[in-house]
Amino acid sequence: MHGFFAALTLEDFIARTISSLAKLPVESETLLLIAFLAAAFTHAGLLLGLFGGLPVFYIWLERKVAGRIQDRLGPTRVGGSFGWLQTIADGIKLIQKEDLVPKEADSLVFRMSPYLATIASFAAFMVLPICDGWIAVAAECGAFLILALMSLEVLGIILAGYSSGSKWALFGAMREAAQMVSYEIPMAICALIPLMIAGSLNFQVIGRMQSGGFWNWFILHDPFTFLAFFCYFTVATASVKRAPFDLAEAESELVAGFHTEYSGFRWSIFFLAEYSSMFAVSAVAALLFLGGWHDGLGIDSVLESLFRGTGTGLVDGFSLGSYVVNVFGAVVLITKACLLVFVQIWVRWTLPRLRIDQVMTTCLKYLVPISCFLFLAAVLWPLTLVTMFSRPVIAGPAIGERALSQSTASARDTSERLGAAR
Amino acid sequence: MIEQLLFYVFAILTCGGAIAVVATQNVVRMAFWLVVSLGSVAALFFLLHADFLGAAQLLIYVGGTVVLLVFGVMLTASGPYTTIKTSPAEGIIGAAVGVMLLMVLVSSIGNVDWIAISGRLPSSPESPSAADATRKAHAEESLVNSGSTKALSEFNANQQQGRTVRQLGLSFLGLRPDRNLKEGGANGLAPGYFLPFEIVSVHLLVVLIGAAYLARAKRRAVSEDRVSLD
Repeated sequence: MHGFFAALTLEDFIARTISSLAKLPVESETLLLIAFLAAAFTHAGLLLGLFGGLPVFYIWLERKVAGRIQDRLGPTRVGGSFGWLQTIADGIKLIQKEDLVPKEADSLVFRMSPYLATIASFAAFMVLPICDGWIAVAAECGAFLILALMSLEVLGIILAGYSSGSKWALFGAMREAAQMVSYEIPMAICALIPLMIAGSLNFQVIGRMQSGGFWNWFILHDPFTFLAFFCYFTVATASVKRAPFDLAEAESELVAGFHTEYSGFRWSIFFLAEYSSMFAVSAVAALLFLGGWHDGLGIDSVLESLFRGTGTGLVDGFSLGSYVVNVFGAVVLITKACLLVFVQIWVRWTLPRLRIDQVMTTCLKYLVPISCFLFLAAVLWPLTLVTMFSRPVIAGPAIGERALSQSTASARDTSERLGAAR
Repeated sequence: MIEQLLFYVFAILTCGGAIAVVATQNVVRMAFWLVVSLGSVAALFFLLHADFLGAAQLLIYVGGTVVLLVFGVMLTASGPYTTIKTSPAEGIIGAAVGVMLLMVLVSSIGNVDWIAISGRLPSSPESPSAADATRKAHAEESLVNSGSTKALSEFNANQQQGRTVRQLGLSFLGLRPDRNLKEGGANGLAPGYFLPFEIVSVHLLVVLIGAAYLARAKRRAVSEDRVSLD
């Protein structure tokens, strides 16, 4: 939006498009515009595909894992012996169903709230970096923004439950509201710990600081970040209302909770939002604690030194080698997030659901004090180290020095590239 | 002009949502329109490159206030859908207050000397990115030519337009690097907002403790009840 688009007026764009259609031997500028738009739409489509495709995989995974844990096989027939296409078949079935709105429901809000939840869930994907430089909106306060956006999904759930005109749905929505209002506090405090260590809210900076071996990951920075990761993951599981914290849709008590009255497409996009939020919180955990797009074994640094900046002849400003490195980073990040989602699924099918008072007690009496203590201890840890050993970390260069060396390296690269271009 | 188009879309959504909040009588719909209006204000902040402000708007108003509002309505409502009916007198008073506020805003906007202020803006609002691009090219060129970092730092200062987090954080700690750098000299030190920030933090802590105290008082009343029953 800030780059190419803003410089271009709408009339100019239309005129160019028409003229390009009128005479086939197009100017190079028009060709560039078409290439730019094609690239933009491709990457927007990829992001949307990630948002829509991952839930399809996760729902299949959920069925398979649940089956294995319960000593069953899970889906086996649709699409080969592993039931690969089970989710697609379910989706087609759901779209065919009637779109019901109960008589008691407030139809406008009832119809709109699934979209509210889905939009909030998708908006979180826009500020989520998939790799170094692969981010739709590179806001400097990205971590803050993603926490804000993920807290919006609850609004869709509450409005859905409240506008359904059903007691089950109302109870589900009330539980969800109470749960979310309390769990946002420890989630923000736990996320604050790695942010404080990095000294930045920018995911790009946070990811780059954890480059190199896995001992550079923030989870191994000090004992308190190690605990903070597990605290964050617990709270994140609760914040996407997964079992054992899925009180909003407790099937044994509330029929189906907030989505009791929903059917068909609207029901299914609630699940789209839920499963993509699972990926979003897991990816944030991977970015903040588990090294982001760095694999931690040194494979990416080898790839980086081999490929970064090679194959530049094709298009000006585009490097095929860097693209390959970025694809590898994206695969690493998505794999990490998928492993964390697998743990969430595993937990769901092995732990019983808590009661609502136990959920609130867990949060207010345990998780909030624990996260506050961890935050305080993580603040005091470098100070203690400095007083006792006169160095802020146990081993290796300090975070600030690492960040500085990274930034000077990138600056050197830029100046070298500029020199080469001249 | 896509940014301008988006501005109009979100401005219409903001105003339309606000009017709908006032016009509807159903509390659930009010909450929904409030989400539309406040979310569009956040989008306007993003369009103005105020990322932090936009995120704060989303977190505090859309994610916090509206959720608390709906939560409060759900806890206190007696019927399925609470409706709020305003009497004509309330409507007149509300309209009078609204018109007075509008007049204050219009007069204060009219009193600003926009031509003098526009000189302080980093680039012309007509085509900011084009100007930025040329300036960046220029800055990089001069960096390569002479090794001087002045032009690049000027460009970076302009790029800081949307990147206000660090400056906000530093000014809350009592440092104003932007102002100090511009004015220079020993007497150019700006105070920042350390004291207001601390006052607000302590205030919030007091509110938190007060809320916890009020929540505890209820349990004591129950135990007193039990004593009186015995």
